[in-house]
Amino acid sequence: MSEKHNYDPASLPDLLPVYYKRLFPYGPYFRWLHYGGVPKTYFLNREFSFTLKDDVYIRYQSFVDQSDLEKEIQKHCPYKIDIGAVFSYKPKERKTIKASAFQAQEKELVFDIDMTDYDDVRKCCSGADICEKCWPLMKIACKIIHAALVDDFGFKHILWVYSGRRGVHCWVCDEEARKLSQTGRTAIAEYLSLVRGGENQTKKVSLDETLHPSIRRALNIIEGYFDKYSVKKQDFLDSPEQWDKVLALIPIEDVRKQINGLFDSLGTNSSTRLTILREQLNNAKEYKKMKMTMEEIMVQLCYPRLDVNVSKGVNHLLKSPFCVHPKTGRVCVPFDVSKVDSFNPFTVPTISQLLDEIDNCEITDTTKKVKDFKKTSLAASIEVFEKFLKNLEESWKGKLLEQSDMKMEF
Amino acid sequence: MDIRTRVKSHKRKKVDGAEQYPHVLQFYSVPPTETISLQEFEEFAVERLKVLKACETAGIKHIRGTEAYNDLLHKEIRKTKLRNILKTSGKENLTEEDIYGRKLDHISHFILRLAYCRSEELRRWFLQQELDLFRYRFQNESIQGSEEFLILNNLDYTPIPSEEKEKISGELAYSISSGHVSTADFFKVYFTDALDLVKSRKVYLKGGYAYVVRDDLISILLSVYRAKLSKALSQTSRALPHLEEDDRLLPMLCGLSKRYLGQDYTNKKPSAGQITADMIEVLSKKSFPLCMQHLHQVLKREHHLKHGGRMQYGLFLKGIGMSLEEALKFWKTEFIKLIDGDKFDKQYAYNIRHNYGKEGKRADYTPYSCMKIIMSNAPGPGDSHGCPFRHTDAEMLKQKLRTNGLSKDAIEEVMTTTKRGHFQLACSKYFEYIHGGVTGDGDVPNFQHPNQYFEESQKRLNGDKGLSQSTPKTPKVVRRVPANSQTTPSQSKSQSTAQTQNSNFGELDDDFMMTEEEMGLLDQKVTN
Ligand code: SF4
Ligand SMILES: [Zn+2]
Repeated sequence: MSEKHNYDPASLPDLLPVYYKRLFPYGPYFRWLHYGGVPKTYFLNREFSFTLKDDVYIRYQSFVDQSDLEKEIQKHCPYKIDIGAVFSYKPKERKTIKASAFQAQEKELVFDIDMTDYDDVRKCCSGADICEKCWPLMKIACKIIHAALVDDFGFKHILWVYSGRRGVHCWVCDEEARKLSQTGRTAIAEYLSLVRGGENQTKKVSLDETLHPSIRRALNIIEGYFDKYSVKKQDFLDSPEQWDKVLALIPIEDVRKQINGLFDSLGTNSSTRLTILREQLNNAKEYKKMKMTMEEIMVQLCYPRLDVNVSKGVNHLLKSPFCVHPKTGRVCVPFDVSKVDSFNPFTVPTISQLLDEIDNCEITDTTKKVKDFKKTSLAASIEVFEKFLKNLEESWKGKLLEQSDMKMEF
Repeated sequence: MDIRTRVKSHKRKKVDGAEQYPHVLQFYSVPPTETISLQEFEEFAVERLKVLKACETAGIKHIRGTEAYNDLLHKEIRKTKLRNILKTSGKENLTEEDIYGRKLDHISHFILRLAYCRSEELRRWFLQQELDLFRYRFQNESIQGSEEFLILNNLDYTPIPSEEKEKISGELAYSISSGHVSTADFFKVYFTDALDLVKSRKVYLKGGYAYVVRDDLISILLSVYRAKLSKALSQTSRALPHLEEDDRLLPMLCGLSKRYLGQDYTNKKPSAGQITADMIEVLSKKSFPLCMQHLHQVLKREHHLKHGGRMQYGLFLKGIGMSLEEALKFWKTEFIKLIDGDKFDKQYAYNIRHNYGKEGKRADYTPYSCMKIIMSNAPGPGDSHGCPFRHTDAEMLKQKLRTNGLSKDAIEEVMTTTKRGHFQLACSKYFEYIHGGVTGDGDVPNFQHPNQYFEESQKRLNGDKGLSQSTPKTPKVVRRVPANSQTTPSQSKSQSTAQTQNSNFGELDDDFMMTEEEMGLLDQKVTN
């Protein structure tokens, strides 16, 4: 992927002040975390943490209002901002209160899906790297998690954010979600986890024959991607070394051996071998014992892998949207999950690109009143964010809903 | 909130109480107000402890809810003074004895709450056993008895109308494990009331509501009870400092919780400071349980362990008596084969010092017990922690047992135990084979804690108990460091003023992997 505006991590300290001065969307950002002031202390008691240059990080920051937030962010120009919980008191003043009285009370329900957790099932990259060959895994993850949050749990206010590097974050902002206990968060995270077991378990998925509706739905989503992803992108049955990993998931040894033989003799590429695999699993004598094997393979290769620890704790901090990833320079932008298929992480603007864009605008554009971010490629992401906010605001406007609708006609 | 008043004030000792205890089961929402003597206090506590211990044993030996489980529990509870809790409700006329039984149930529960609220580990144990006890008792109730209990506690859900049921009958099939949708009653509850069912995907969910079949109501009840009890436990623990004014109660409470859970293997061990980094290699082969042996091997091989592994292994090493300096040396030696020393100091050393942090009041870094390892924080892809009996493929486990020299029969036995879900028992059996076979009296220690395994092993090998000396080449734990070495605490204090926790900025994670306790500590150090 060619980079028009080359980003150099060393220049970050020079770029951040401009970014925070001219581009960071304080207005919408504050409207989000203020939650309409219900209750009034919601924003005041929210913890933020800043990571500064040279790894100095300061926790328990809190702000009284939008201008305070703006002032402090611009003063520190943090490399990273994390959002924490809403506490019982202002985090900044925690030292003046008894430790036991200072407690995390609420927070959005969050999910962190990180490509590093898929290392055993992608051959294109590993660790923090991503490429267009493995990115479909994130699309699948977003769709599956989103569908469950909406259909099963009834959540309505869900913000999806690209983390700037190797994964996505999901912020569920419904009041019910923010009020969830640790047990509640854990239960949801477990409900959404199908791939289990560490490096010592080869087979990480086992499915019942009567598939729970949520798994059925997830499988439908995976099926929509599977052949193209596994064959075209990952070429997953390309060599014996590759297919051994897949065949290891077949519970019956004879079948495993037989398929292995056929892969060798009849198979010509991943596509023909996938056909062989399906046929053999369907026609094997031991079919009864392997009814779910194909599904299990698909789930193990493609089902979302959540970092459940992030979701469980009310007190767990997560990187804020609109931060800049220090390594890639890309902004941590919200995206529209219904269009996740066309979302391309490699075209997410970098900070250097954005700053170039406003510079260029200044020369050509003479209309003054336009907000800076609107002149840049950040505009699309902010639009997504605004749309999310509008729905969210309706949730607390309650009866004022009609009035606000009327106003919008003007 | 002064706890003493709950136990000691209100001079009132009348045995009316039928209205105080309308049902044999209770959620223990209101603290008792009786005055009891210190002696009774202890006696009641011990009796309930026997009951809870029986719950645990039954749970380890059998599958919950099976006949064998129920029989064992029944038999054990009958032996205690709390045997009255085996009664079910439904009798019209309550005798004095009935009331007394309910009172004892009530008071003894509250005493143990005090004793077991003090650490996360204790709370976890207590909660688990109390929940199991409640489940067992509730399931013994008749339909009428259980309905009465639900109504008394404002949990009287009504079944959904049949039209609604028909519309979603296909999906409802997933809420039901046996029988037919058409004949079953379903209750529609907000999903937070049915978290256990949600967690295990045993219920159909739509738009935030869980459709729960009658048989699963117990699960809802348990989650209500769990929520109440865990909240109460943490409240009690916060109020506990008041108790310190009474210098007789506190030692007794501490003693009570120790009596069963045993040591928490935190520190102050006689062997503290005696284990050095260069001894680990040998010790890991001789005296480490499989879980720790595995972590050690992975560390040696990969020169890295993920967070879960570092916590589990690091705290274990602390528990066997490795000092902070030795721990830093130990981890650094491995890690710097992969990353440079500077990065190690920035990224990992802080966490290690953290594990040894003693000054934070809320800090509570006890080595993980088997239960914690087995039940919580299951390893995910790429993780190496966990319990091999629980989290490793059968084939791989077998292989490991073979490598460690177990005979075919021994492997068979350990594997069967594992397959039945008795992981700790399997671990104990493994221990016996490794340490020269089952001793004469067949007394297999049932391990609760990896550190217990280690100590037991050291005892056997070093002959403290005069037991099997079959492996004479075993290293003795050499007492190199003077027992009163003062280096550790001061060291940890001066070093923990470091400000950084994360790595260089390019590798920043999107989230902080920190427990509440760790945060408590950071709180005091990282300031703005
Ligand atoms: S039972 Fe306990 S000591 Fe034994 S391997 Fe498992 S966790 Fe370790
Ligand atoms: Zn890739």
